Amino acid sequence: MNPENEAEQPATRAERRRQEAESAEAHQHHVEEVEEAILAATETEPVASEAASAPVASAPVAAPAAKAATKAQQKAAAKAVAEGEAKPSADEPATNRVLREIMNGPIVLTILAVLVSFIIGGILIALTNSEVQETAGYFFAQPGDFFGAVWNAVSGAYSSLFQGAIYNFGRDDFASGIRPLTDTLTYATPLIAAGLGVGLAFRVGLFNIGGRGQMLVAAAAAGWVGFSFPMPMWIHLPVAILAGLAAGAIWGGIVGFLKARTGAHEVILTIMLNYIAFYLISFMLRTQGLLQAPGSVNPKSPPMLETAVLPAILGPNYKLHAGFIIVVLATAGVWWLLNRSSTGFRFRAVGTNPNAALVAGVNVKSTYMWAMALAGGLVGLAGVMQILGTTPDGMTSGIDAGIGFDAITVALLGRSRPWGIFAAGILFGAFKAGGFAMQAAEGVSVDIVGVVQSLIVLFIAAPPLIRAIFFIPSADGKLKRRPLRRNSKAVSA
Amino acid sequence: MKLELRGITKKFGAFTANDRINLVVEPGQIHCLLGENGAGKSTLMNVLYGLYQADGGEILLDDEVQQFAGPGDAMRAGIGMVHQHFMLVPVFTVAENVILGHEQAGFAGVLKMKEARARVREISARFGFDVDPDARVGDLPVGVQQRVEIIKALSQDARVLVFDEPTAVLTPQETDELMAIMQQLRAEGRSIVFITHKLREVREVADAITVIRLGKIVGEADPTASNAELAALMVGRSVDLTVHKEPAKPGSEVLKVSGLTVLDENGLKVVNDVSFSLRQGEILAIAGVQGNGQTELTEALLGLQQKVSGSITLNGSEILGTSVRSILDAGVGFVPEDRNRDGLIAEFTIAENLMLDRSTGAPFVKAGSVQREYRDAFATEKRTEFDIRSGSINSFASELSGGNQQKVVLARELSRDLALFVAAQPTRGIDVGSIEFVHKRMVATRDAGVPVIVVSTELDEVVALADRIAVMYRGEIVGIVPANTPREVLGLMMAGERHAEETDASAEVSA
Repeated sequence: MNPENEAEQPATRAERRRQEAESAEAHQHHVEEVEEAILAATETEPVASEAASAPVASAPVAAPAAKAATKAQQKAAAKAVAEGEAKPSADEPATNRVLREIMNGPIVLTILAVLVSFIIGGILIALTNSEVQETAGYFFAQPGDFFGAVWNAVSGAYSSLFQGAIYNFGRDDFASGIRPLTDTLTYATPLIAAGLGVGLAFRVGLFNIGGRGQMLVAAAAAGWVGFSFPMPMWIHLPVAILAGLAAGAIWGGIVGFLKARTGAHEVILTIMLNYIAFYLISFMLRTQGLLQAPGSVNPKSPPMLETAVLPAILGPNYKLHAGFIIVVLATAGVWWLLNRSSTGFRFRAVGTNPNAALVAGVNVKSTYMWAMALAGGLVGLAGVMQILGTTPDGMTSGIDAGIGFDAITVALLGRSRPWGIFAAGILFGAFKAGGFAMQAAEGVSVDIVGVVQSLIVLFIAAPPLIRAIFFIPSADGKLKRRPLRRNSKAVSA
Repeated sequence: MKLELRGITKKFGAFTANDRINLVVEPGQIHCLLGENGAGKSTLMNVLYGLYQADGGEILLDDEVQQFAGPGDAMRAGIGMVHQHFMLVPVFTVAENVILGHEQAGFAGVLKMKEARARVREISARFGFDVDPDARVGDLPVGVQQRVEIIKALSQDARVLVFDEPTAVLTPQETDELMAIMQQLRAEGRSIVFITHKLREVREVADAITVIRLGKIVGEADPTASNAELAALMVGRSVDLTVHKEPAKPGSEVLKVSGLTVLDENGLKVVNDVSFSLRQGEILAIAGVQGNGQTELTEALLGLQQKVSGSITLNGSEILGTSVRSILDAGVGFVPEDRNRDGLIAEFTIAENLMLDRSTGAPFVKAGSVQREYRDAFATEKRTEFDIRSGSINSFASELSGGNQQKVVLARELSRDLALFVAAQPTRGIDVGSIEFVHKRMVATRDAGVPVIVVSTELDEVVALADRIAVMYRGEIVGIVPANTPREVLGLMMAGERHAEETDASAEVSA
């Protein structure tokens, strides 16, 4: 019995009729509901996006601005409730609000979430450390030993994580000391590309869970061009990349097309297309004449021809390849698209309020289609990076390396803003690079890193938790029950 | 039962929705709570009903302090509420709805439906409601659904009844019947709180009037007070409730709608064989109780409805079946009924919202890029012209009041070259000051030679604006009559009665 339910009650014949129609077409209704849920994923406020892209130092300044913006939205939603008007927020499912929170939450919460996750990760590291367990046995006799052991375990682990991800102090010269950072960027490259694909879709109000499938088909297409057709590099590499992009775009575009034409929900479509891609590619990798290396029995393709491999940009000592430059350009491109172009304007309009977009003459269905194709292309770029950059020695059905799913996390952490995704991608790349170093140096399982990663996103998804931990006053909390504020007192003049 | 609220304060963050509100409702009294949308009336009632917890003050029933943790407590204490948007389950029967939340079960958890039906019949007979306990609520007319709500409250023996904007969805006749019911309840000695912003109703039934503005009680008024006095109290300044306009000077015919039929998703006719025409420089008001096809009719004009047949010609060319984009390009300006849903993007700035339907080309877009200087210059200009009161052009639409949001929509639509202007419920939920502004702009648009269609469920607005009035009932136009048609006649037409005399010089019915 809250005002939102109240507003949902069919007050008039028209609304009732509409509701009946909806229950009759329950499927369609569900689709719309989830669509609305996805609206939340988008965020278009310059203030808040500045907050996202602002350097950490200015976060405290930017955060209140973002918070104010969020507040204003909530006020408006609540205001509509108070006025008893029909409004999107009334039919807004809970998931919608959660996503909106993630997207619009102040950046300080993101940073705190990372911090808390590291602390919990530290506790886990300490708990699993054998020395800590031993010293805990005689804790009351010599507590110093215990705390020393805890310190050694945690600081050792995080120090090796840092040294594995950013700079290795154990090396003599800068050139080899900095290698971990280049590894981080290498790992980040496909994560960023795929994150952009997922984030772009979020901004248009679509859940792109199909990263795996889009990566696989893109990698297969790029790989096929890469190992089959000897060409000069200046033509081979671009053609291979474009083939991958096109394959990803088609795989994503199918989803957009089906959604636009039949109203099928993109989450189901993308998940199913993941299976289709996986089994199809697995079959092709096991079939001579398709993708399998000639004469081989392994489900693996031949290695890429030299001319199709992304060149290393810092020389042969570093793994970092030209894909990183492409990804930087892609990030800038997506930023321009979303924030400056008229297409992006319509994308965001459809993503935040498809009804209003429709009334404003935007072809919502074709927007969904093009957005999914574009998202698929960007995720496909990640597949291209994998096959032409990271593992050019041959394609397997595991080439996506879970990046398609990690991309969802990256997009959430980056709050669906291009440069936010870029930063989140690098953070996750650092986790990947540093995680292995940590395991090798300190014997701390790389899985702990996975736990920390997941905790970060979990905490970002649960802002009230972070607020509670750090006693940050709630910007909303009572979203549902906030009534109308006569906005700006001047109005009442 | 005597209801007393003492110093009720409800805050939401920094915003005080209710500021030390005192209210006494005596038994056998209809106490009117009058205020604009957003003045804090509903918040106050939600505090009373246990939906919100007050930050200060207390609720007394018969001089005993009450603590309500939720609506259940309030109901047990004898408070009943008839909500603006009915809290009924459409697929349940009347009896099922009435017992919902207070189900009495017998052996093996079987509901005591017989008792429930008897209870419904008994209350229904007492007030002459004529409600069948076995009817499915969803099949009942809105007025009857409201009676089910009343029965539901009375079945819990509510001694204090709160009516939250009960007339918003009723025809004038149904409203009169509701007033009679309220008087009957008063005669039984119940205390009644009647929330409204419609002055006419207040004067009709109220024993006491409390006016609330910006969360504070700003005064009490006598039921004999004039409309202007009450409005001034409500708004905080004197307001001009009349629309000043010259007689229409209709020019050539611009819009011709013939045989327009719109089907909903279930294939039901929501607009049924509607025909009318519209000439330059006139306002056609479409009156009717909400949900009689007006929404679908206006949406069909903009190409938003899918299953349409018939013909809509604008300046001689058929626009039915073309895209929204091309209809906009043909010069149709559209103010949607629900601006939050269809008119604005809350997360966009004012400047972005002002270019919402012009993102396809010059002057707002060049070479695929949004021309931000042009956009901002345009927004700055329109913000001044339309008196949009906001922090800046970069304020988000969600930060604006309803009236200012509506001005953004108007500014956007009226700044294109228009061949036709369609405004659906243009003044719903906005403050009186903005209503004046919106009305002025609409008359100005008419005077500039653009034909205007305005849909309104408020009879006052229809009469004030219209040069001709088309009344819709169940998807059909029951008649197109001149603006000076008596209210009673319009009321009957809104209830579906066909009006014989449609013969005024200016009234032109194209069959």
